[in-house]
Amino acid sequence: MEWLSNLFGSYWPAVEITGWTLIKIIAIVAPLMGAVAYLTLAERKVIGYMQVRIGPNRVGYFGLLQPLADGIKLLFKEVILPTASNKALFLLGPVLAIAPAFAAWAVVPFDLNMVLADVDAGLLYILAMTSVAVYGVIIAGWASNSKYAFLGSLRSAAQIVSYEIAMGFALVGVLMCANSLNLGKIVLGQEGGFWHWYFIPLFPLFIVYFISAVAETNRAPFDVAEGESEIVAGFHVEYSGMAFAVFFLAEYANMILVSMLAALMFLGGWLSPVPFIPDSFLWLLAKVGFLLFLFLWFRATFPRYRYDQIMRLGWKVFIPITIVWIVFVGGMMQTPWAHLFH
Amino acid sequence: MTFFGLHFQDIVFYTLATILLIAGLRVITTRNPVYAALYLVLAFFTAAGIWLLLEAEFLAIALVLVYVGAVMVLFLFVVMMLDINLDKLREGFWKALPIALPVGGLMAVEMVMIVGARNFGADVVPAPAAHPADYSNTAELGRVLYTDYLLPFELASVVLLVAIVAAIALTLRDRKDSKSMDPAKQVLVKKADRLRIVKMEAEVEKNDVVDTSAQADDKGAK
Repeated sequence: MEWLSNLFGSYWPAVEITGWTLIKIIAIVAPLMGAVAYLTLAERKVIGYMQVRIGPNRVGYFGLLQPLADGIKLLFKEVILPTASNKALFLLGPVLAIAPAFAAWAVVPFDLNMVLADVDAGLLYILAMTSVAVYGVIIAGWASNSKYAFLGSLRSAAQIVSYEIAMGFALVGVLMCANSLNLGKIVLGQEGGFWHWYFIPLFPLFIVYFISAVAETNRAPFDVAEGESEIVAGFHVEYSGMAFAVFFLAEYANMILVSMLAALMFLGGWLSPVPFIPDSFLWLLAKVGFLLFLFLWFRATFPRYRYDQIMRLGWKVFIPITIVWIVFVGGMMQTPWAHLFH
Repeated sequence: MTFFGLHFQDIVFYTLATILLIAGLRVITTRNPVYAALYLVLAFFTAAGIWLLLEAEFLAIALVLVYVGAVMVLFLFVVMMLDINLDKLREGFWKALPIALPVGGLMAVEMVMIVGARNFGADVVPAPAAHPADYSNTAELGRVLYTDYLLPFELASVVLLVAIVAAIALTLRDRKDSKSMDPAKQVLVKKADRLRIVKMEAEVEKNDVVDTSAQADDKGAK
């Protein structure tokens, strides 16, 4: 360390901060990539068993090396640039899809004070990042210069804009309870056992948030943007090899992100459900794992929504529910039962 | 801390400002409307970065959330679906120029007069003091908005509400021939509304003579 600080002279503080931040970023992104890879395997296994199949079991023991095999296969496939496509935007699409999916993790706390950037407006930042993610889909669909891809991106744009409003309102309820936009403080506001977690006073908002999250990540039953049986693969129909894989990674990273947010904001994050067991990062993992399992379960259970049904659910059901519940919570906070909502 | 005589904040500011200016210029000079919309997105994004430098993190994130995340998505949505003939758009350029130039020039002069160095120069507006680490821009904004500026804030929201209602009232036309579905009606449908069970006598062929040869043919066909 001494010789390093001599080497950089007066720039050492800047270099030190940059270096530490880079190490922290790697410590977040590397396990995240691993989680994404194994989420794909978990999905195939879980859905396999739900449909009385075995799922992948050839590569490695119990199919555990399947994600590696898939990754290597995708790496070596050719990335085809369609002749009629807009080349620059075609390549920008996957980048814009995955960058926000990872950037949002900067403010996610994993344990008490274990967070890359303890930003005061952390929740807003995450909302902003997830709303920017739609550009990847829109640009990919438009730059492909293909009808199916374009239809997929239009569907996705309309869907994400609609469900973002319900999602934002659901989070307003959490803000009212926690009195803070800082994710760490939101978790600390739920201390003292599972009956203090926000999913109880905000139950309708929790349900709306989670279903909107499924819609935002374009997962079944809201996967009209891909809709294999209607528009082939939607916005990424023209993508191959690694360019396709990046969209795939972004989708799964987003799934983990929204599950993480639901666990932090409604299920007490790293807090233990009962006071006599210590709080731990493992609780957060378990909660996120359960929510991710729900994602897979939905996909194995529900048929795809029709497009007009999706719009109706978002605008005419979820948004009114969230507004009514926010007003209800605000009213209750003026009564003697206000402590139930904090 | 300085790099080659420049503060780190200055370097970030000039980088962002350069990108912002280029993006803003490209919005009006680029020929493809989709590109123009995307450059506008870039301009909003870099403007948000400059606001962050000013310690206005709530406004910066709100800019990204509202303008980049929602408004521009809808913009792109429309622009992408248009089949714009660029030659036709440029047809009236020279005809409109004599009017556009003075109007544009007037606007530029007005803006210089208002936001010029006389009112907002470095010597007129002192650099704001850096806030302590626990200062919450968001909480402060909320406090001011709901106390000192409560009336203007509520007025603005009422104006917006009126605009929303007006926009819906202007565009909502209940077409009588529309075949849209009403889920409430769909759920309320009972079996009796759709299905009519009619009791009727079994129809028996009157001729008693059984045609055995026809039956044999049937079996052969099977």
